[in-house]
Amino acid sequence: MWDRAAETQPRAEREALQLERLRAQVARAARVPFYRDLFTHRGIGPHSIRSLADIRRLPFTTKDDMRRQHPFGLLAVPRRELARIHGSSGTTGKPTFVGYTAQDLATWSDLCARFLVAGGLRPEHTAQVAFGYGLFTGGFGLHYGIEKVGAAVIPVAAGNTRRQIEIMRDLDPEVLICTPSYALTIADTAREMGMDPHALPIRFGHFGGEPWTEDMRREIEDQLDIQAFNNYGLSEVIGPGVSGECPARSGMHIQEDHFLVECLDPETLEPVPEGEPGELVITALTREAMPMIRYRTRDIARLDRSPCTCGRTTMRMSRIAGRTDDMLIIRGVNVFPSQIEEALLRVEGTTPHYLIEVSRPGTLDEVHVKVEIHPEIFSDRMDRMQALCDRIGREIHTVAGIRAHVDLVEPRSIERFVGKAKRVLDKRGLTDC
Amino acid sequence: MKLQQLSLFLENRPGRLEAPLAAIAAEGINILTLSLADTAQFGILRLIVRDWEKAKRILEQAGWVVNLTEVVAVDVLDRPGGLAGALRILEDANLNVEYMYAFSLRRDDKAILIFRFEDPDRAIQVLLDQGLHVVDGDELMTFVS
Ligand SMILES: [Zn+2]
Repeated sequence: MWDRAAETQPRAEREALQLERLRAQVARAARVPFYRDLFTHRGIGPHSIRSLADIRRLPFTTKDDMRRQHPFGLLAVPRRELARIHGSSGTTGKPTFVGYTAQDLATWSDLCARFLVAGGLRPEHTAQVAFGYGLFTGGFGLHYGIEKVGAAVIPVAAGNTRRQIEIMRDLDPEVLICTPSYALTIADTAREMGMDPHALPIRFGHFGGEPWTEDMRREIEDQLDIQAFNNYGLSEVIGPGVSGECPARSGMHIQEDHFLVECLDPETLEPVPEGEPGELVITALTREAMPMIRYRTRDIARLDRSPCTCGRTTMRMSRIAGRTDDMLIIRGVNVFPSQIEEALLRVEGTTPHYLIEVSRPGTLDEVHVKVEIHPEIFSDRMDRMQALCDRIGREIHTVAGIRAHVDLVEPRSIERFVGKAKRVLDKRGLTDC
Repeated sequence: MKLQQLSLFLENRPGRLEAPLAAIAAEGINILTLSLADTAQFGILRLIVRDWEKAKRILEQAGWVVNLTEVVAVDVLDRPGGLAGALRILEDANLNVEYMYAFSLRRDDKAILIFRFEDPDRAIQVLLDQGLHVVDGDELMTFVS
């Protein structure tokens, strides 16, 4: 472990530390006019935080707030104290900027070092960073983390895959750092170059920067013959380093001494029951330049406080299962397309082609889950086919808590998309307007 | 003595039945009989054709999901009690009938029934032992020609 004391700290002790840091962070945030106004309006200050549960008295910060405070309205330190500026391009509108003090950068590389070491990085290793360098936090964040561990960095950056592969062949890095989809591109390109991707020197990889699935992990591991580790972070609170996997690879350990992570129902903003999916809301406890309070990530995941076999005492989070923007509300129940997919995965042969159709024929919502028939699940017997529909319906009910009609449809009848598949067709809006 | 039956998955909407039939007809394959089991939402089309291997290839290439099953054809007297007698024999022998349907053509006073058994080999043995006539593929052809 990179920081055994912090990573295995007894829970009660860590909570005391979090409380102390949260109070200090509220005091620091009060230097920012945006937060000061919100706090004054609610009549709150550091004194209002008597327990960690009191975090719920604090206001949220959204991406829109960041845009409105563009470029530096959220800074809690004078400009001259900034040591680095990163940003997120944002798929819509202007970029948002994030400032770091020298201390923030030191913290950040330390957090990256934690998950890198948890995922096998050692000082004698060489790591190839095929993330973009620039305003994007991935490249530099991981770069400094690797250096902190004492390993060597090849800062090759994203792109020019053939050259990446030649460098790999010449320099023998054990570790690959990039997005999961780029790892697959590397495997494809190696084959195009007439090489067996298994022959590449890479032994393990740290992948992040985009949501991915367990299937994709298996694929990367098979194709490159490596172990693949997941990590999570976002530039608004720091960048990569919020959480990362340990050798158990059953969830990403959250660096709780630096981040207070809540899992809330995105509609009611109340905490979801433990283990249920909800929106991650993150408070950066130690950031100096931008003390982000209850940042709404719009990322959906589950939290797990159960002990991990690796000995770390920190809470773990699941993969990102989706974005709140994708959430459907069906008769008052929050449903994520990823839950439907999870239910289908439990029934062999029913994925990957499905479509969730939501309509409101009368006053109540109705969900039809269309599933393409497949030779594996087709039977000449009607009773078997009915049983299949029933089974899918039961799994959906178990996972997502809704009753859905299961419609088996002919092969290739669900539209194919290049890249991200369209999984939801919500017809309710059409009838309203 | 078993016959090969092709089953196809179809969505239950107008015109869906014609497409696969037209696809095999276009290749000159004769359909000996067909049966459609359906719900409000989807259907299972079962076909017995002259050249099932070719038919299966054509349908699969056209994108249908096709399943191959062994079924048994039995002829019974086409009069009241003809079917009941055959069913009683099967029931007495504890043979599970998954489903059955009538062959579309008949000859003289005989009707042909197609049975899908869980265990077709044992079923054939029982039927023969009880003196019923199991119709094989070649004989079935004579009904159509
Ligand atoms: Zn662990």
